[in-house]
Amino acid sequence: MTTPRAQAISNAELVRQRLTGGAGDWRSAAFAALLGLLLVVTLGVLAWLLGVVLVNGGPTLLARGLDFFTSNLASRPESAGVAQGIVGSLYLMVFVALVAFPLGIGAAVYLEEYAHDTLLTRTINTVVRNLAGVPSIVYGLLGLAIFVVALGDVLGPGRTQGRSLIAGGLTMAILVLPIVIITTAEALRAVPLTIREAAFGVGATRWETIRSHVLPYAAPGIFTGTILSMARAFGETAPLILVGAVVGGFNVSYDNPIEQAYGRYTALPTTIYDWARKPGTFDGNTYAAIIVLLVVLLGVNALAIFMRNRFERRW
Amino acid sequence: MTANSSTPASLTIDDLRGSVGRRRKEGVIRVAFLAAALTSVLISVLIILSLIGEAWSFITQVDPALLVERGWFPRRDLYGLPTIVTGTLVIAGIGMLVATPLGLGAAIFLSEYASPRARRTIKPILEILAGIPSVVLGYFALQVINPTVVDPLCPSTTDPYTMGAAGIAVGILITPLIASVAEDAMYAVPGSLREASYGLGARKRTTSLRIVFPAAVSGIVASLILGASRGIGETMIVAIAAGGLGGSLFSVNPCGPGQTMTAAMTALATGSDQVRGASLAFPSLFFVGLLLFLFTLALNLLADFFVRRVRIQY
Repeated sequence: MTTPRAQAISNAELVRQRLTGGAGDWRSAAFAALLGLLLVVTLGVLAWLLGVVLVNGGPTLLARGLDFFTSNLASRPESAGVAQGIVGSLYLMVFVALVAFPLGIGAAVYLEEYAHDTLLTRTINTVVRNLAGVPSIVYGLLGLAIFVVALGDVLGPGRTQGRSLIAGGLTMAILVLPIVIITTAEALRAVPLTIREAAFGVGATRWETIRSHVLPYAAPGIFTGTILSMARAFGETAPLILVGAVVGGFNVSYDNPIEQAYGRYTALPTTIYDWARKPGTFDGNTYAAIIVLLVVLLGVNALAIFMRNRFERRW
Repeated sequence: MTANSSTPASLTIDDLRGSVGRRRKEGVIRVAFLAAALTSVLISVLIILSLIGEAWSFITQVDPALLVERGWFPRRDLYGLPTIVTGTLVIAGIGMLVATPLGLGAAIFLSEYASPRARRTIKPILEILAGIPSVVLGYFALQVINPTVVDPLCPSTTDPYTMGAAGIAVGILITPLIASVAEDAMYAVPGSLREASYGLGARKRTTSLRIVFPAAVSGIVASLILGASRGIGETMIVAIAAGGLGGSLFSVNPCGPGQTMTAAMTALATGSDQVRGASLAFPSLFFVGLLLFLFTLALNLLADFFVRRVRIQY
């Protein structure tokens, strides 16, 4: 005869068995395992990629040391380096910062702070969202048609044949403009309306409200967005190939940076593309240049993610 | 400023408007911001005009019979559009086959199964994967994916350039995009729906697949369309790993080389010093670009339509 306590335990056991499906719920376990496996594969690919790059590029990078960063492009792998690529990429970033950031932040401020819901506003919003989805190579075509061919005599006169650093920089700036607008608009939207109302309440005009209240609170978000768009431009290759960056003759020792801007150029990702197409002897160099590119990009991305987590506000 | 200073009680509307200078400055700044916003419209107009101008001169000059040739050799004036369109679809299709299970699996796991802590760790890692430049993935496809993954699957050939390797790399590229958009959509499904499902005795798996997945289906479809659009527009992976620089025969074989619209454009451009002469190769570049632009625009508009449906629902 069972005691009441033992009876209760066996009832609880019975209920638990009924609720969990008796013989173990293997389908659910299999589904969870499948999801985990898919995620492991995705993350594993990243680890595999980084591992291959480090194993193949590390020795070259260590053997060459500083020499790899100060050498120009050359036909022999032992003496070829990424100096021109790095200088060229930094120049392009200057253009992105000077052209895309003011335009993009300005456009976002207009769309979020000034615009009413008119046909014009809706058109601009739609256009910006669709521009962000245009393949980067199409921006290269735009740069080729306008900056290289149509404005070639102004932006890249003489032997440059229009394929100047300015043309490349302007193309990159246009490429990241939609991203800057979208991320800035998101940052502005996250600032609560009450902050603006507080400023209006003490008599500030709209611009004074934006300058002293909205922009400071949105600054971390805007900064993160601009940094990420800069990273995007740093790794972008296809549009640069169309506007003519895979060419030799980029002289990094000009005294005059203005003169250099009107001349030919190369960039770090286009250097990688150039080496990737060469026969096997350039493999070590290619992987080493990829390490340099990834270190810059991952560093910048990590900085952006850190900034976002550090300064993110919950209202 | 006609207010009467002797009677402080009578404020007029002019007093509240502030100074003329302050208002003028306000107007100038507003116009400056509007101008910045309008540059984006200007850029789209320029894109379309620059594409259409050269594309039109290509269409009017090219012999239509050459457009349906089974091969893409612009240097020999053979512009077989089926070749590059098919190549694009083959590579984007392989990419989607790889990225759909990986991306959606990661999305369901992150949204429904992962602990908040795991979510905080895994999402930045996916963002890092999303930040790998395509030129790096292209080289990875050529050097690693092709010998280790594609060659064993294609015993008859050992071609160094294959559409299969390029397609797999494209899949790796768009996996984080699909995962992130789909996860956003599933995470936005209200918790009350899940609780109602659990309340009826449903398991986690049932809740995920039969409740959350259908509720977020618009966003999930949008993520797949965006992924496809990105795959079609991807350039560097294909230019490095799929072969077919300069020209290519019609091919749907993933074990062999092929040519896509994007790779055809880089091939034309890297030799474009010669191409800028009398040949039709230079305008053909813009014609292919216009095709690509219209393809991706249509897909993006479609994705936008699905994303809007998600917003309306909740």
